[in-house]
Amino acid sequence: MLQRVYEWVDERLDITPMWRDIADHEVPEHVNPAHHFSAFVYCFGGLTFFITVIQILSGMFLTMYYVPDIVNAYESVRYLQGDVAYGTIVRGMHHWGASLVIVMIFLHTLRVFFTGAYKKPRELNWVVGVLIFFVMLGLGFTGYLLPWDMKAYFATVVGLQIAESVPLVGTLAKTLLAGDPEIIGAQTLTRFFAIHVFFLPGALLGLLAAHFIMIRRQGISGPL
Amino acid sequence: MHRGKGMKFVGDSRVPAGRKPNIPKDYSEFPGKTEAFWPNFLLKEWLVGAVFLIGYLCLTVAHPSPLERMADPTDSGYIPLPDWYFLFLYQLLKYEYASSEFTVIGAVIIPGLAFGALMLAPWLDNGPERKASRRPIASGLMILGVLATVYLTWESVDHHDWEAAAEQGEMLDEEEQEAMEEVDTDAEGYQIFSDQGCISCHGDQLQGTGAAGPSLYDTQYDAETIQEIAVEGIGEMPAGQFDGSDEELETLAEYIASGGNPDSGGGESEDSTEEEAGENTGDVEE
Repeated sequence: MLQRVYEWVDERLDITPMWRDIADHEVPEHVNPAHHFSAFVYCFGGLTFFITVIQILSGMFLTMYYVPDIVNAYESVRYLQGDVAYGTIVRGMHHWGASLVIVMIFLHTLRVFFTGAYKKPRELNWVVGVLIFFVMLGLGFTGYLLPWDMKAYFATVVGLQIAESVPLVGTLAKTLLAGDPEIIGAQTLTRFFAIHVFFLPGALLGLLAAHFIMIRRQGISGPL
Repeated sequence: MHRGKGMKFVGDSRVPAGRKPNIPKDYSEFPGKTEAFWPNFLLKEWLVGAVFLIGYLCLTVAHPSPLERMADPTDSGYIPLPDWYFLFLYQLLKYEYASSEFTVIGAVIIPGLAFGALMLAPWLDNGPERKASRRPIASGLMILGVLATVYLTWESVDHHDWEAAAEQGEMLDEEEQEAMEEVDTDAEGYQIFSDQGCISCHGDQLQGTGAAGPSLYDTQYDAETIQEIAVEGIGEMPAGQFDGSDEELETLAEYIASGGNPDSGGGESEDSTEEEAGENTGDVEE
């Protein structure tokens, strides 16, 4: 039955080549922990992606309860954490995932660096990877404010002070992020929400697509 | 690929009529023990992923994500702390030659050089050698960068007063919240509280300001002791804070002793509040 459905679609849209492009690639011996245990270092990239998927899913569920305004943000998080069934788990996964993804992307970066995998012809993929790292840090920074508790607020105050200390563009950057050159308040929260939920994830998905297309095109770097 | 005359299409579409067989490539002739990604390797990856997910879930159950009290921008005594992966930058900006007038060095130049070099690594280290031991400068700089980041993070964690930080952000429980909301800001006592500057350390709702001054709405002292403290100080609170008439001092002390709610009585006249006060004291002792 499933096979017939597949064939019906394939006849019309010729999806087999696309599917074979995704599915058909080799896993060489030197990156396979089943053959060399030390090859577990090649898992960090995959784990980064795995946690990113968890972050996107848990984040989608969090926005079902979260309210991005200064009156209700805190209360909505407290309600989610205290009263919603499994709310603690969903928020916990998003909270710990944010830390884990940084750990994994850091380890992945070190692995790529020390195996020299960023060298010709993979320079562009390295640059895209570093950009993904920056986007992740941006997601961490903007997401930290959203619960609107003491810790969140004052960490953001410090972060924006650092942004402000940049010569020439500092005040502009702060105004862009906070919505006002002086006040860190209602505007800041909605802007950080928009950046955290729309702008950065959009950029992240685009960069991830580029990262994966390039690795599929070039294949994984050979053994040392 | 079939090209030229004789090509057949599905209907009037641009999809060729010939179909590609859905068969995986044969990897048996590849060098070494090469495996197909789909489905062989993916299944194993899935198993590792499942184990990882279980560990991850255990972590979320064992350590629920923290939530402090609601943001209060007026709390000037709060010691800020960013998320742990920004601590290295936070710490860097505390050093003399990376802060105040040298802020540009700490906030822009050093991180800019570090992250700029990271991004441009393929062109800075453009030799053909891949082994880390055969390109000592690149590897050495990377190790140095990682060690510096770890050291700065460590120092930052070490310098931070974790106990004070846990206390300053504590959520108010319901009774405290209620007591705070009942603070009467129209009372004569509140006027004195505000005029005498108590408000700057003990907050506009007697809630305290974290490190600078404790909350007063649930104070355990009686009016006489409060009079003494206001004049002579206690702990970190210096003496001579109160500067007014004895009458004002008495009104202030009674106001604070009643938890900022002199009309409904702070425990002397009404039974219900006396019970509440007792519960509060119990909480503190725990």
